[in-house]
Amino acid sequence: MSITSVDTDYENLTITLIADFDASIEQVWDLWSDPRKLEQWWGPPTHPATFEKHELTPGGKATYYMAGPEEAMWGAWQITAVDPPTSLEFINAFADKDGTPVADMPIFTVKVRLTERDGRTRMEMHERFESRQDMEMMVNMGTIDGLQQAVSQIDGLLA
Amino acid sequence: MVVDELTEDAVDGLFHALADPTRRDILRRCATDEPSVSRLARGYPMSFAAVQKHVAVLERAGLVTKQPRGREQLVRTDTDAVARARQALDDLERTWRGRVDRMSALLAPGTEPERENPTVSGTG
Repeated sequence: MSITSVDTDYENLTITLIADFDASIEQVWDLWSDPRKLEQWWGPPTHPATFEKHELTPGGKATYYMAGPEEAMWGAWQITAVDPPTSLEFINAFADKDGTPVADMPIFTVKVRLTERDGRTRMEMHERFESRQDMEMMVNMGTIDGLQQAVSQIDGLLA
Repeated sequence: MVVDELTEDAVDGLFHALADPTRRDILRRCATDEPSVSRLARGYPMSFAAVQKHVAVLERAGLVTKQPRGREQLVRTDTDAVARARQALDDLERTWRGRVDRMSALLAPGTEPERENPTVSGTG
């Protein structure tokens, strides 16, 4: 397992995840910066993501859709900071088909930092619900079953 | 859902309420017990008025409720509000665990994910 630690802070509504990969910084960065690679891991197996736009520049935008058995979901990133190949920060929102964030859907901020560590690459990911209201909306969306299904499929792939 | 009607001010109030360590401690105590404000106040090195003020902040944020009992007010944590935060973050954690697993699978030597053929199966 690549995950070294996950720290979930229920009071401040944040998740801090540390993962160590047997790969170079550039290889891990590629998973974020190459949309064709990003597509292979961003969405769960039940909802694979397709990135239509992918501008990793400050103020740039990435838009994607996740096709599902029932309905597709659209999402958009607003890039707030980027420093290849070590850091990326963006706001992740649910969007309509044109990539315009939908007002009454949850918003998250995501910060990713890559560092070299004993010949491996450490990824620190910090994600925060924009507000408690965003968190409540997430719970009410009912995507939970889909995610659980995704996890069991992954376990199957790795077995 | 009551939540949908939360105003900007209410959301700010929630964060403000949770930002203070004494208030977080009050939340913990009132989740397993239902102390009166005066009993609660004895547990902190501060005045009754100060503790009462903390409880009022938590109450405005919807995190505790006060039940009158005789001349006293019993304070109880709204565990639903706390449980919803837990559920949302647990879901997000699962999402990220899945993502990291997929990332390491892509990085593993010998599994260079060149897709020569379009995926055939419906699972993508």
